[in-house]
Amino acid sequence: MGVAASPGISIGYAHLIIKTRPTLSGILIDDQSIPIELEKFEDAIRTSMEQLELLKDKAKSNLEEFDILESHIELLQDPQINDEVTTYITEERKNALDAVTLVANKMVQLFEGLDDAYLRARSADIRDIGDRIAENLQGNHKVITPLGPNSIVLAKELSPSDTISMDLEKVLGFATETGGAVSHTAILAKSNNVPAVLGCGKLLESVIHGDHIIVDGTQGTVIVNPSENVKEEYRQKQVDFIKHKAYLNSLKEVPAITNDGVGITLLANISNDQDMKKALEYGAKGAGLLRTEMMYMEKESFPTEEEQYQFYKSVAIHAQGTPVTVRTLDVGGDKPLGYFDLPKEENPFLGYRAIRISLDQQEIFSTQLRAILRAGVHGNLKIMFPMISSVMELRKAKEILDQVKEELFSEGIAFAPNIPVGIMIEVPSAAIMADVLAKEVDFFSIGTNDLCQYTLAVDRGNENIKQLYDPFDPAVLRLVHQSIERANDHNISVSVCGELASDTRATLLLMGMELREFSMSSTSIPEVKDIIRKHNIKKAKEIWNHVMNMDHSKSITDYLEKHI
Amino acid sequence: MISKEYIITDPDGIHARPAANLIKIGRKFQSTIQIKKDKDPIELNSMIGLMMLGAKGGDSIMLTIEGEDELEAAQAIEDFFQNELSKP
Repeated sequence: MGVAASPGISIGYAHLIIKTRPTLSGILIDDQSIPIELEKFEDAIRTSMEQLELLKDKAKSNLEEFDILESHIELLQDPQINDEVTTYITEERKNALDAVTLVANKMVQLFEGLDDAYLRARSADIRDIGDRIAENLQGNHKVITPLGPNSIVLAKELSPSDTISMDLEKVLGFATETGGAVSHTAILAKSNNVPAVLGCGKLLESVIHGDHIIVDGTQGTVIVNPSENVKEEYRQKQVDFIKHKAYLNSLKEVPAITNDGVGITLLANISNDQDMKKALEYGAKGAGLLRTEMMYMEKESFPTEEEQYQFYKSVAIHAQGTPVTVRTLDVGGDKPLGYFDLPKEENPFLGYRAIRISLDQQEIFSTQLRAILRAGVHGNLKIMFPMISSVMELRKAKEILDQVKEELFSEGIAFAPNIPVGIMIEVPSAAIMADVLAKEVDFFSIGTNDLCQYTLAVDRGNENIKQLYDPFDPAVLRLVHQSIERANDHNISVSVCGELASDTRATLLLMGMELREFSMSSTSIPEVKDIIRKHNIKKAKEIWNHVMNMDHSKSITDYLEKHI
Repeated sequence: MISKEYIITDPDGIHARPAANLIKIGRKFQSTIQIKKDKDPIELNSMIGLMMLGAKGGDSIMLTIEGEDELEAAQAIEDFFQNELSKP
């Protein structure tokens, strides 16, 4: 198993690339040799530049490759590298080859020690130009066995120069022992649609040239000499992948508009900045729900304001200007927190959880609000309180928010003063009182999962009764409808972020209730968009008008399944 | 001397390609151009130095330009940040 760096499946033959790097000679040169070694170094730089310029001409059609080569040419002229090599030669009397090797090792180490994954991956560029200069110093050039057709390239690591001088038309896939998702090999593989699995660990010793190889760049697996059955299974997966990709691509750029011209906003439910990135790739127009629990759960203790600020800021920036609704901490009930000792309760779902904890433990709440407000400067963030059950809870939460704003203001810290504030509608009392609540917030987000289990008094985790849990129950649908209607009455925005939003049977039904914003997992967006584009609002209204008079969920789902 | 401050808008910071182009601007002009994030300024002539700054999306960086052609250099840098770094 390795890092799934470029999706897709390829089945081909192993082509091994094995490289050796010069070891340090330890030779100390005499004074007369210093100018000679310096000149050798300069010659090697010049030769390297010429080689890269030639490769650049070849790479013109591929922007990624072109950029890599440009940055390598720049690195070759870098004064830091040149100065250090010169110092090694003139002051420590190393020969040019040793000097270059030492400087390259040092720089690579420097980059590998950085905490930013993108910069860490740049150590491969330094390694690459170091190798190039070293090769030119030795005057020997790599002899590359030409690639056969249908090659799967296997290597310990692949330098940008390796991949660029390769005839990519013959490469079906890449698998390497080291490297990660932001390495050049990954970027190049993705931009050329070549499946790749990187960072596989020990791989080369069990493979010989020409072995049958399967690379599954979606799952991150490499299979050596698969049986005929396994090969057949992967051929099928390959066909499915290509079909699915074409389908996604066809829907990604097109707008979510009904065929009578009504636009629907499709948002994503996310847990971090990487989800945000993926959401935009699936065509989301922002995030309707950023769950913050995961960030708390991944830590050993409560995350600090600074940690949280960095987290929200990164999400805001990855959203590229689209809105992100940040839900404040929603733990307790079914979501415990390791380092936070919550009392054992008879009825955790009716107990100490979500906003109830935040209002009770104000320090935890204030820290989170400060971090969100500060991060709001970097994008379009909104704040949402979970599990509001009465207007008093909302007022208290807003009061604390105002206090936090005042603190930030008096401390002279930048924050987003007009950040929109909304609530989850997930407790029946909130849905019933939606008209009152709507006057005091900027938006609603209807959480159908909790709303369903509270309305029907069904714990969906309980095996004996889980069949009673059904968001298509007319009681639940009426509360959803009422919440949407009250929000529209008061001109505040409203979305649905529970599972109902991604259930394609409910898409038209919710649109018929005048819902225009849906938030769901990214992967559901294309399918829901497909439904929206194939139908019109008139039909959606008819569906809701019909369903609102039905008396049980079975008849409702039967009807809906027939009408999409 | 001209000072300019910019906020990096690309989520991943200054990528290798824009970094290379920024260095090129640094080399094209006579003026001494320095860049700093929160620590000591470095001269804008080294890719390695620029990448080691570790400027990420949302970080603000400060540039100072000093020399005969500082106006032209400042304009080139302005164009760079407007056109090249603001692209998503």
